[in-house]
Amino acid sequence: MTSLRTKPHLGLALIALALALLPFVVSATLGNAWLRILDFALIYIMLALGLNIVVGFAGLLDLGYIAFYAVGAYLYALLASPHFGLHWPVWAILPLGALVAGVFGVLLGAPTLRLRGDYLAIVTLGFGEIVRIFMNNLNAPINITNGPKGIARIDPITIAGHPLSKSLDVFGFTVPGLALYYYLFLVLAILIIVVGIRLQDSRIGRAWVAIREDEIAAKACGIDTRNVKLLAFAMGASFGGVAGGLFAGFQEFVSPESFGLMESVMVLCMVVLGGMGHIPGVILGGLLLAVLPEAFRHGAAPLQQALFGKTLIDPENLRMLLFGLALILVMLYKPAGLWPEPRHRAELKKS
Amino acid sequence: MAQALLEALNLEVRYGGIRAVKGISFVVETGEMVCLIGANGAGKTSTLKALARMIPSSGEIHYGSERIDAVPSHALISKGLALVPEGRGVFARLSVAENLAMGAYHRSDGAEIAADTERVYGLLPRLKERMTQVAGTLSGGEQQMLAIGRALMGRPKLLLLDEPSMGLAPIVVQKVFEVIRSIAAEGVTILLVEQNARLALDVCSRGYVMESGCITLADTAANLLADSRVRAAYLGE
Repeated sequence: MTSLRTKPHLGLALIALALALLPFVVSATLGNAWLRILDFALIYIMLALGLNIVVGFAGLLDLGYIAFYAVGAYLYALLASPHFGLHWPVWAILPLGALVAGVFGVLLGAPTLRLRGDYLAIVTLGFGEIVRIFMNNLNAPINITNGPKGIARIDPITIAGHPLSKSLDVFGFTVPGLALYYYLFLVLAILIIVVGIRLQDSRIGRAWVAIREDEIAAKACGIDTRNVKLLAFAMGASFGGVAGGLFAGFQEFVSPESFGLMESVMVLCMVVLGGMGHIPGVILGGLLLAVLPEAFRHGAAPLQQALFGKTLIDPENLRMLLFGLALILVMLYKPAGLWPEPRHRAELKKS
Repeated sequence: MAQALLEALNLEVRYGGIRAVKGISFVVETGEMVCLIGANGAGKTSTLKALARMIPSSGEIHYGSERIDAVPSHALISKGLALVPEGRGVFARLSVAENLAMGAYHRSDGAEIAADTERVYGLLPRLKERMTQVAGTLSGGEQQMLAIGRALMGRPKLLLLDEPSMGLAPIVVQKVFEVIRSIAAEGVTILLVEQNARLALDVCSRGYVMESGCITLADTAANLLADSRVRAAYLGE
């Protein structure tokens, strides 16, 4: 360990190599289903990092965050599918998705500026539902979102003329589509992590923390709390919009079902469980909550077969039970999250 | 003759239908140390919050040559008007040094900020010892000192102090008030809101007594300390 610590470049190179080889290891040992789960985990990590700006940094409890994911996903679906006959390139859609989601973030933020805590949670929850219900019903009188049936046959994300849904031959070596998506998501996730770290260390980041800790004191320090809050909503939302666009291109199908309250709660759990306001913790939370429920889903039935000779509890229900149990345990024994900011831990210890 | 640094005219604060501050007028002159005393719920904190533009109010507020009742709260610190909020309000998860740095958030003169930080540490040596400690782990008195130190980082001309003695042990209160006195000695004008009337009148030169949203008495501290009504109602005699 000491040799790695003295040579950070070597450590980074090893991590990069491990991340580069991961999709092949996963698909060879666990199969392609797990590679797909890994791709989703990266999308969730991006989502959790976006929500972390709002909830973790600025301390604004947002229960409707998935709405921005929906905005990004639907924007991609509308601009790159036979639904309207549009086929925009991904590089045009993703920045636009970030922008549009950011505008939606401000739309949500503006009327809720004076709310905090539970009141803010209720309003944002309503906002999330409004967006979902709009997606569900905007098929008449003019069919925009195709209603509950959703939008299918969305263009896969295409880079340099190659759709990532198809495998690619590199020097006679076949890289499957799921791995291509993995690399794209990994690059974007790293980008979002870097942006997140830079934001945290910036003047704006400090203003967010000040607002989270004490709004009146923040104002007394000369922070324009209105603008800084709106910026948090907009930045967080734009991360969500990008993740949504990736989701639509990856899945090639979107429907309102994917953007329910449960999804918002799930992303919030990733942030809280990992460690609010602590980027490594949030990444861990995102990874765990994306992977664990799937592990329960795949493992629960065989495990019961082996133990009792039959499936006693439907794996889908058991999954939620175990998930709930895990949440309760973590909140009881690690109230600041699995990997909290060291300071948060110190403060909790004192009180 | 001293000049009015802060003047409130007909200041009124409403919470829904309730008038918490019922059209009061008062003056704080440059270099003065004035207190606003009164019982719990008299409207003292509401008055101070209104002055710092943290809550909406009606009536006029003049600061220096300016009218500030339409100025947003965050713009006041750069004009030299600083609030030390009730209940201390330090940034619990930031270190002592970072809290002080937040006090200079609106400034960009790095070297001057560093010099001011040293000055604050000189005035409050306890904070220097705990520079890297997270503010949430400080004792109540240290947090109060930090809140005051953070306000000083804005180089205030007028310091609004809201109940600095709240929740502190008597001996700690004495220390906090010593600090407040030495800040006043440096020429900072202070408006102090206190429930502890004796303490406030001991350090201030003038005082206003508030009762259910109105100013009922206004006099020098010495006269107020001698006033039979004040003695009966606030000094427990």
